Amino acid sequence: MDKAKTTKKKFDFTKYMALVALIILVIIITVLNPQFIAPNNLLNLLRQASVNALIAFGMTFVILTSGIDLSVGSILAFTGAISASLILGGTPAWLAALIGLAIGALLGALNGVFITWGKVTPFIATLATMTIWRGATYVFTGGNPITGGKMNTSYFFQFVGQGYLFGIPFPVIITLIAFIICYVLLHKTAFGRKTFALGGNEKAAFVAGVKTKKLLIIIYTISGLFAALAGFILTSRLGSAQPDAGMSYEMDAIASTVIGGASLMGGKGRMAGTLVGALLIASLSNGMNLLGINSFYQQIVKGVVILIAVMIDSQTQKNRE
Amino acid sequence: MKIEMKGIEKSFGTNKVLRGVDFDVHSGEVHALMGENGAGKSTLMNILTGLLKKDAGSIKVDDHDTTYASALDAEHHGISFIHQEMNNFAEMSVVDNMFLNKEIKTKLGLVDQKKMRKEARQYLVNLGSDIDVDSKMGDLTVGQQQMVEIAKSLMINAKIIIMDEPTAALTENETAILFKTIRELRSNSVGFIYISHRMEELWQICDRVTVMRDGLSVNTYQTKDVAENQIVHDMVGRDIGDYYPGRHPHLGEVALKAEHLSGKKFHDISFEVHEGEILGFSGLMGAGRTETMRALFGIDKLSSGKIYVAGKETKLTSPSVSIKKGIGFLTEDRKNEGLITEQSLEDNIALPSIDTFRKHGIIDKKAEDKFADMLIKRLTVKANNAQVTAGSLSGGNQQKVVLAKWVGSGSKILILDEPTRGVDVGAKKEIYELMNQLTDRHVAIIMISSDLPEVLSMSDRIEVLYEGKQMGVINAQGATQEQVMKLATGGK
Repeated sequence: MDKAKTTKKKFDFTKYMALVALIILVIIITVLNPQFIAPNNLLNLLRQASVNALIAFGMTFVILTSGIDLSVGSILAFTGAISASLILGGTPAWLAALIGLAIGALLGALNGVFITWGKVTPFIATLATMTIWRGATYVFTGGNPITGGKMNTSYFFQFVGQGYLFGIPFPVIITLIAFIICYVLLHKTAFGRKTFALGGNEKAAFVAGVKTKKLLIIIYTISGLFAALAGFILTSRLGSAQPDAGMSYEMDAIASTVIGGASLMGGKGRMAGTLVGALLIASLSNGMNLLGINSFYQQIVKGVVILIAVMIDSQTQKNRE
Repeated sequence: MKIEMKGIEKSFGTNKVLRGVDFDVHSGEVHALMGENGAGKSTLMNILTGLLKKDAGSIKVDDHDTTYASALDAEHHGISFIHQEMNNFAEMSVVDNMFLNKEIKTKLGLVDQKKMRKEARQYLVNLGSDIDVDSKMGDLTVGQQQMVEIAKSLMINAKIIIMDEPTAALTENETAILFKTIRELRSNSVGFIYISHRMEELWQICDRVTVMRDGLSVNTYQTKDVAENQIVHDMVGRDIGDYYPGRHPHLGEVALKAEHLSGKKFHDISFEVHEGEILGFSGLMGAGRTETMRALFGIDKLSSGKIYVAGKETKLTSPSVSIKKGIGFLTEDRKNEGLITEQSLEDNIALPSIDTFRKHGIIDKKAEDKFADMLIKRLTVKANNAQVTAGSLSGGNQQKVVLAKWVGSGSKILILDEPTRGVDVGAKKEIYELMNQLTDRHVAIIMISSDLPEVLSMSDRIEVLYEGKQMGVINAQGATQEQVMKLATGGK
């Protein structure tokens, strides 16, 4: 088995592609505007990255199963609005947060049920729920932001999105903890193994004893839960729940996952890759803002980066074969 | 047209699949290509038709060195390959299938349906077929689909038609029609390369036969001058007798008993299998053997019936329940249900047992590595290490990986559905020996097999199914192929 060790240790460049791209990007932006690596800006960047990163962690599980969750942005808005209105109505902020998370998980589980028992493809199922929960948010809020009142006085509520712990923005700390949990869950547990197996070949996984339906429902539940967590943080950061919050956030989350090396065909992806992908997207926005690039152009650049990242990835895949 | 292939060699990575093959065919003959799975027949044909590039050797077409750049290029030069899985489009009409990429267009550049329909009909009528050209391809029988494929070959003016196991899924009647068509085309100086596993067809339809084994062409004969056992000997490389290790069963308690199982495509099936026994399931394609076992294992639904595992009535509602009860199922469809081809051997082998590696919720990677390495060694899987992808192995080694999965999960009852399909000769023997080792350790094996010699040699008893019904059980000792075949075709 000596041969085994040499092949195992061989440097796998594709694994670090996104990281290399991130480093290059950081260098370029820094050269153009050294302000970029000032500690304050970096902390700010991390805080900006955290909402998308959290959604992307959940999305990684989903995409690994060759699924997709388009409803995350709507779940974020809906649960954010519910938590906010609960706080306004006098519910303790921590309880409002928990209720928001529970509803997010429930809506995610519903996606899973539609996909497994309802036999609707993930794209269509979550496209439908994306519309439903966005509509529900508008109905619930009457189209107006929820803000003011106890939201301005609750310490807990303010702290989650705006506070600092040891000089680090609290959302960043939450994201870091979430990352560690997701990393272990995906790469070190039986649950993660089954997720990979299901994504690699659902039928074979089922025959090998994986309870595929249950597993899928849990995975979409995780995705809903993370969307709700991101929703509470975002609401807290802005100090208000916007009815159109989280619009097109699913795209950034999918982009982070894919830049991080996940395949939409399922069975391939890494949690660390997703984190790097989220950082890359945040650095792009932050950097372009610093460089004074019009936000309209930013979208174009983001699209091009996604295309290049995936093209390089599939090209190197091919070469390895 | 005359094609001569000489000294063809081809390797995939370090695996040399063709080691110098000579083969020739000319217009107006049917030349059979025989050989076990993995002998290299498909690779050879893929090289001829430009799908693969040869490493060495020469291909002469009408005495000129020729290499086709692609299957399309080969087609343009009159060589047509009708694959076993006909790559047609089930949702499109027969005409649209026939004229795919060769659409006839009107002056405006639109598709000329009328003209295409007329031509398509003409080609089919010439073949003596009355297939409605407007029907959906997917609604045709396999035999009819084959006729369409042949019509397509004639449309491109094929001089040589390669057919890969054309009769595998045909009824007797359809086979007769196919043979009639082949004979007619042959007299119109079309040549055929005919790949088949059915020995008797050699003398029904073929003029010459070339036998391949392990990447070599062994011999070429005029079919009228050669006997069946010579061909078998060439294919296997030894007499068929020493191919099977033989059975010396020591039966224990009843491991699994099924009573009156019914479901889609099978009715009232009852059987029992003992510890240390191999119970064979024989029958024709579509007899309901696979369906019975899939429902028993919990993949599909059982509509009625009772199952007893080790004497206790047990509801096997899903594979995960069955696995917990100590049952393993090697499915017929290895690529789609047996393996996750893009993942490592280790991931595949550990999957059914993955929950047992949990230590405080985290997988004990070291124990898992050891487990996979041990099983790879024990089942003599030929692979560099446990981290290579399952898809990179040969068919026989892939099958051993699937077996390793189930041996590793501690199966006391193993259902093997066509365990040696697509497996080369050497690995076949190793799988048989492994089955013997397992039964020596009191594992009960249910083996579905369409390979009659295999069923007869490796089973202790044989259940025969016909159209979803149980025809009878035969003691394998001293049973003959005729006995099994008679039941399998519905005779009493």
